[in-house]
Amino acid sequence: MKTVRSAPQPGKPRLTTSAMIASIAAEGQKTKPAPFGHALVELARSRPDVVGMTADLGKYTDLHIFAKEFPDRYYQMGMAEQLLFGAASGLAAEGFMPFATTYAVFASRRAYDFIHQTIAEEDRNVKIVCALPGLTSGYGPSHQAAEDLALFRAMPNMTVIDPCDAHEIEQLVPAIAAHHGPVYMRLLRGQVPVVLDEYDYKFELGKAKLVRDGKDALVISSGIMTMRALEAAQTLKDDSIDIAVLHVPTIKPLDTETILREAGKSGRLVVVAENHTTIGGLGEAVAALLMRSGVHPPFRQIALPDEFLDAGALPTLHARYGISTAEVARQIKQWL
Amino acid sequence: METSTNALTNTPKLADRAYNIRRNALRMGEVQGQGYIAQALDISDVLAAAYFHAMRYRPEDSSWEGRDRFLLSNGHYAIALYAALIEAGIVPEEELETYGSDESRLPMSGMASYTPGMEMSGGSLGLGLSIAVGMGLGLKRKKSEARVYTLFSDGELDEGSVWEAIQSAAHYKLDNLIGIVDVNNQQADGPSTQVMAFEPLVDKLQAFGWFVQRINGNDLDAVVAAFDAAKSHPELKPRMIVADTLMGKGVPFLEQREKSHFIRVEQHEWQLALAALEAGRQA
Repeated sequence: MKTVRSAPQPGKPRLTTSAMIASIAAEGQKTKPAPFGHALVELARSRPDVVGMTADLGKYTDLHIFAKEFPDRYYQMGMAEQLLFGAASGLAAEGFMPFATTYAVFASRRAYDFIHQTIAEEDRNVKIVCALPGLTSGYGPSHQAAEDLALFRAMPNMTVIDPCDAHEIEQLVPAIAAHHGPVYMRLLRGQVPVVLDEYDYKFELGKAKLVRDGKDALVISSGIMTMRALEAAQTLKDDSIDIAVLHVPTIKPLDTETILREAGKSGRLVVVAENHTTIGGLGEAVAALLMRSGVHPPFRQIALPDEFLDAGALPTLHARYGISTAEVARQIKQWL
Repeated sequence: METSTNALTNTPKLADRAYNIRRNALRMGEVQGQGYIAQALDISDVLAAAYFHAMRYRPEDSSWEGRDRFLLSNGHYAIALYAALIEAGIVPEEELETYGSDESRLPMSGMASYTPGMEMSGGSLGLGLSIAVGMGLGLKRKKSEARVYTLFSDGELDEGSVWEAIQSAAHYKLDNLIGIVDVNNQQADGPSTQVMAFEPLVDKLQAFGWFVQRINGNDLDAVVAAFDAAKSHPELKPRMIVADTLMGKGVPFLEQREKSHFIRVEQHEWQLALAALEAGRQA
């Protein structure tokens, strides 16, 4: 039976920005434009093997910055993600290092077999850079990549990265280029918040970093949820709650040593926060690690539910699904 | 050794090569008692012309930078390509006995990381031409003279990705790309034309901007001429050879077998097949 939603209540205030491209930056937040595009241009100046490729989303993955600077090193493959990744494999086989961009949903869902067979299985040096990760689009499930980390974690040879902000994206572009092999990287595009510069943070591939220490709870987080956790930690200070934040940008391979060290410190609630379904992402990766290692702190997950998410304005949806700053703070307080 | 690129004078010798490729394939089939042997027999003439007339490579250095790349998109044809790689001296003949066995470099479905001379991992269909587009672009970036040959099957035309690649190869004017589609009209669920109609194939490929030739893929002279024309064609277009072939070619009792996509060959029949192949050669 077909079900449709009820009509909204007249007179009730509502946000009306269920746009595909919505900014994740808060009003007045410090941002940088297109950090990936600019970092890639910088990298390409010293690496002639770098080529840029996209499937009709150059402008929306910040690759247009690279295309403008290096038009003869830019391959527009059209709206054809299977071709994009097959051709990226071919260019990598010939010794080039393609940075191939699209939206996370299309790489993870539509071209999975092509990435699996032509890139990962042959360990080709392709960097897969994907915009609109998790719930960063108000456009509904067609554009909300809630499952990408689970899918790419499961793929052998694949390095999986979920960066937090512009500061980190700038650093990880040369870092993943220095690593030989396929990388899946979630991309924040457009005006991207700058957060981690305040914390003397430096990205290292495969390393988790304790961005902030605290005695009551440890939040283990990736991507924009590290930003949310840091914001929540600020608000919880008013309630005399002291939160540590361990940022884990590299989802695979996981920095098991640092995670076990921090989670093993007794007396702290461990909360894993991620912009991804509860299934198969950082939360379950950490849970499995702790169980396997005999480390058993109180454990909670903040993540998107196992359901097709609503369309709507991002602030509304982040609050609805528990990943807004206020919701992160509220949940931690409730669990303590 | 780099293979010569002489014209039709090589053809009688090519017939020997094609015979040897068929025989190698049958011997591997016998090792496992099964395999995509009918396809191997149908494509042996194309492989003989590719490896002993058209392509440049160094048997002792299968990753020589100047080599022509041969992509086997239809990974289940691996037995045929192994037969050719053995004949070409890229894979030692002793390894024929290991076909499909544990620790072998010759798994039943072609994988690049296993086999010298195997440029891609197939098995999942419709991948080859996409990789070929990237390789073609990469070779042009390097100003390499090498070409990318890509063999795929008529059944793979069902896959949308094949058409994505066909469209893009024309867009990028990849005149260094030579596709060969094996039209044997047989796929897993039956005749390809019944599973999913794909004719008129030549018209479609031409409309997509390719230089297209349709030949009898079991006529060695025609295959040789098609490779020559594909290599020398003056327009900035990718090149396609539509090769009509006969499943089981060279072994009459297999040619006549219905449902030949994955044929069962009884234990006693392998020797009969080899004998029939030999008899056909003498005739």
